Amino acid sequence: MKIWGMIWREIAFRKLNFGLALFSVSAAVACLVGTLTLLQADERRTDRLLAEKEAEVAKAGAGLEDAIRRITKGLGFNVIILPEDQNLNEMHLEGSLSKQMPEEYVHRLAKSKIVTVNHLLPTVMKKLTWPETGLSVVLYGIRGEVPLQHRDPKKPLLDTVPEGTMNIGHHVSQKLGLRQGDETVLLDQKFSVGKVHGERGNIDDGTVWINLAKAQELLGMQNLIHAIQALECHCAGDRISQIRAEIAGILPGTQVVERGPPALARAEARDRARQSAEDALARAVASRRELRGQREAFAAVLAPLICVGAAVWIGFLMLGNVRERRAEIGILRAIGFRSSQILLLFLGKAVLFGIVGTVLGFVAGALAGASLGEMPVGLAWLQDPEAPVHFGLALSLAVALSVFAGWIPALSAARQDPALVLQEV
Amino acid sequence: MSAVLELNQIAKAHDSGNGRRVQALDGISLSVGAGEFVAVRGPSGSGKTTLLLIAGGLLAPDEGAVSIGGRDLGSMTAESRARFRAGNVGFVFQQFHLIPYLSVLHNVMTPAVAANIGDAPDRAEKLIARFGLGSRAHHPTARLSTGERQRTALARALLNRPRLLLADEPTGNLDADNAERVMAGLSDFAKNGGAVLLVTHDNNATDRADRVLLLKDGKQAGAPAG
Repeated sequence: MKIWGMIWREIAFRKLNFGLALFSVSAAVACLVGTLTLLQADERRTDRLLAEKEAEVAKAGAGLEDAIRRITKGLGFNVIILPEDQNLNEMHLEGSLSKQMPEEYVHRLAKSKIVTVNHLLPTVMKKLTWPETGLSVVLYGIRGEVPLQHRDPKKPLLDTVPEGTMNIGHHVSQKLGLRQGDETVLLDQKFSVGKVHGERGNIDDGTVWINLAKAQELLGMQNLIHAIQALECHCAGDRISQIRAEIAGILPGTQVVERGPPALARAEARDRARQSAEDALARAVASRRELRGQREAFAAVLAPLICVGAAVWIGFLMLGNVRERRAEIGILRAIGFRSSQILLLFLGKAVLFGIVGTVLGFVAGALAGASLGEMPVGLAWLQDPEAPVHFGLALSLAVALSVFAGWIPALSAARQDPALVLQEV
Repeated sequence: MSAVLELNQIAKAHDSGNGRRVQALDGISLSVGAGEFVAVRGPSGSGKTTLLLIAGGLLAPDEGAVSIGGRDLGSMTAESRARFRAGNVGFVFQQFHLIPYLSVLHNVMTPAVAANIGDAPDRAEKLIARFGLGSRAHHPTARLSTGERQRTALARALLNRPRLLLADEPTGNLDADNAERVMAGLSDFAKNGGAVLLVTHDNNATDRADRVLLLKDGKQAGAPAG
């Protein structure tokens, strides 16, 4: 029989004493582990909720942005590239352009690495009197947008007009009594009316859109265009200066005019939508963090209190055990037990209930924490790569706590005067 | 005959509890040789138990010297004395002082925890059989009669083959038959070369002693033989 054999037998003999000490350690460990598990559960739930919220916000933001994009899309192109010698008054006052540039310019731009604009639309734009009707209109020749070769294709802002078809503005439709599907003649060419645009209150109401190639043919402008319309990128800073600098490098001999307000409004609206979504998410994150901080602060107070409480309880139990065993200690000293052996007899017991208490408390704490935290237990600890570390920490802490709490009683036992005890009992 | 226990001019005083010092022992000298059974007799409070505890190195005298087997206990630390006791001294007390959570066998084997006794299990079983406790070996001590308890205590005291056996009123709680068996055990130990120091107030218990030392008020009242 060794000292550990005596310890086991004493534990079996005084089950209540051991059980109470075990309960104390288990309760302390369970509280700590339970708290950790709850915090962990909370963190996981927070992460999940935030991810969901983030997805919701992203979805809502994307939806909002898309809605705004679609709404503002109608506001049209906001950058016009014109020949350098084009008089802008002609465009602003008469809605017409007279200076020309090669259609090849738009392809050159599309092949370049330009980043400040996209949605390139080559156009001809001529104010004329519709000979067959006597009505003054702006004739727009358009084709499909020319995609930038270094970028993903974008949904066009303006669709092309098929050959033999014309789209007409509200005023033109009213004046000439033209409806969708009607046949008409312009400059000796037959057209059917493809679309009749609703009233826009601007020059579009008096505009006729036809296919670019047909317009070039009718106006004697083969391979020539009046302008390249584009949409500026949503770039920060002094946008128009950047655009002008970049285009000047690619298309010398051109000028760039910005139609500010509509596109600006579009960019700002998109910004606001994104910002609003991001703000909502940031508020949610801050709120969860604050809540977690409060819980951690509470745990930081609770944990030491539990440890101290458990240590005091264990200390009293051990002291009671030492008193109960005074005669035993006396005879063991008389038999020849050394102080270190007496110390081991008591501290060994403390180590044992520290270890067993940790195991029980860990399981109980993990179960309770997972249950309260609405988290599967397996997920809580078994799948947690840090679980062994946490268990090791809990074990070390519990054993240290037990030994610390039992130290003074054990020391008093080891220092007992056997002569005194044997004379007393 | 070589002396196993030597007490030389032992004096010991202690507080009486009301602030007065009481001289428990005063100038006691005693020598117990191997194979000798010495009894110390005296009334209650005469200093018998104090003498026994000093002889076993559990209590340090105020004056005088104690040696066992030629080793001066006064020159040893408490831990060294404990180690020394584990290999050389056996104790038997009136109150048995058995360990309640151990069986008879494990109680007898307790000294083997303190000192390395190679054949402890075999020897424990032989001692248990010798003292008529064979059927009780695995019983808890609470289920033993007082006689069985004292025999268990005696078996425990003999496990480490001590040179000196110290017995404090070992028959005080026993009936005549059990007292006789315990005294016979002590006597046998002496006959086999051990030294026995028995302290008692019972005249009958000293019958088997080779010598009797009388104590009165901490002083030697009768000359020890030898």
